[in-house]
Amino acid sequence: MAFELPKLGYEYAALEPHIDARTMEIHYTKHHQAYINNLNNAIAGTDMENRTLAELMTGVSKLPVAVRNNGGGHFNHTLFWTVMTPNGGGLPKGDLLDAINRYFGSFDKFKEQFSNAGMTRFGSGWAWLIKAGDDLKITSTPNQDNPLMDLAETKGTPILGVDVWEHAYYLKYQNRRNEYLAAFWNVVNWEEAGRRFK
Amino acid sequence: MPFELPKLSYAPDALQPYISKQTIDFHYGKHHQAYVNNLNNLIPGTRFEQATLDQIIKEADGGIFNNGAQIWNHTFYFESFSPAGPREPSGQLATAIANSFGSFGNFKEQFTKSSVTLFGSGWAWLVRKPDGSLEIVQEPNAGNPLRNGMVPILTCDVWEHAYYLDYQNRRPDYLQAFWNILDWEIISKRF
Repeated sequence: MAFELPKLGYEYAALEPHIDARTMEIHYTKHHQAYINNLNNAIAGTDMENRTLAELMTGVSKLPVAVRNNGGGHFNHTLFWTVMTPNGGGLPKGDLLDAINRYFGSFDKFKEQFSNAGMTRFGSGWAWLIKAGDDLKITSTPNQDNPLMDLAETKGTPILGVDVWEHAYYLKYQNRRNEYLAAFWNVVNWEEAGRRFK
Repeated sequence: MPFELPKLSYAPDALQPYISKQTIDFHYGKHHQAYVNNLNNLIPGTRFEQATLDQIIKEADGGIFNNGAQIWNHTFYFESFSPAGPREPSGQLATAIANSFGSFGNFKEQFTKSSVTLFGSGWAWLVRKPDGSLEIVQEPNAGNPLRNGMVPILTCDVWEHAYYLDYQNRRPDYLQAFWNILDWEIISKRF
């Protein structure tokens, strides 16, 4: 089964002014679509076609690098669109908020550490909040790697992820990745993050 | 002596329409400058305080390597361009390219492919190997082939910041433009 571009839950302009419509459109229709096309080409005619995306990720160390790069790109962007919403921001609720307070001391300290993971990822990559066993952790991965991959340094289930490839913010923020990461908090979909935490 | 941002030998709008003034303003004025500032903040009190960039590239790791190599790489990249220079190599470099790649056209094709297929941020390089032959190599992020004993002749920055304002996701279009602003008189001197 070939992979397909998942529907966006909102309009391209819906995350303005934090993420501009032009960035959303190019990011979703060009970058994400290209990862899907390249992934489908990489798995065509092989038994990888019968595996789920999550199965490809957890066994990626034994698969071609094109599956790591493009499968990761598809997985990461699919998650990214869902953890943002025009009605986002504010605080997480319930169990997730409790866990964040417990592991990071406070929501503000969590934000600071997560932003720092995004700021200090040199080159292209992602910053993550993950569930690893009973722990919550902040980590970052290079390029399109993610914490589900068996080759990740720090493994776990992604709860929240932010794209720090320059294509995610360059049209609006250029070299100011810090401003993009500050703006991200205004669109975080904590309801979705809470579902992924359960 | 702290490191300084080297002057550009052309006006920021001189490479238009291939690279916009806006891109040069950010790429040179912000990114390149930030690497200089970061390195100057990182080296005091370390064994690299009096080091050259070449030493840093060969011996340092982490932030000192990343920022030092990025200063070197960007200086080398910006120095390769001019608004009006020979757009093809001549002399010994032309001969060496023909010997190693068959023709200048083949070399352009292979260098373009190497630049377009580098996944993530990084640099494509034409290098002279210790045995004198030429080779095209990819380096991720701040990578620089000096670290592996090669002599850099030409590089293309494929960090998205090098082309995103002008070409967005279309890295192949940026590569096509790249060949129109290279000054092969400058590049030949490196060989």
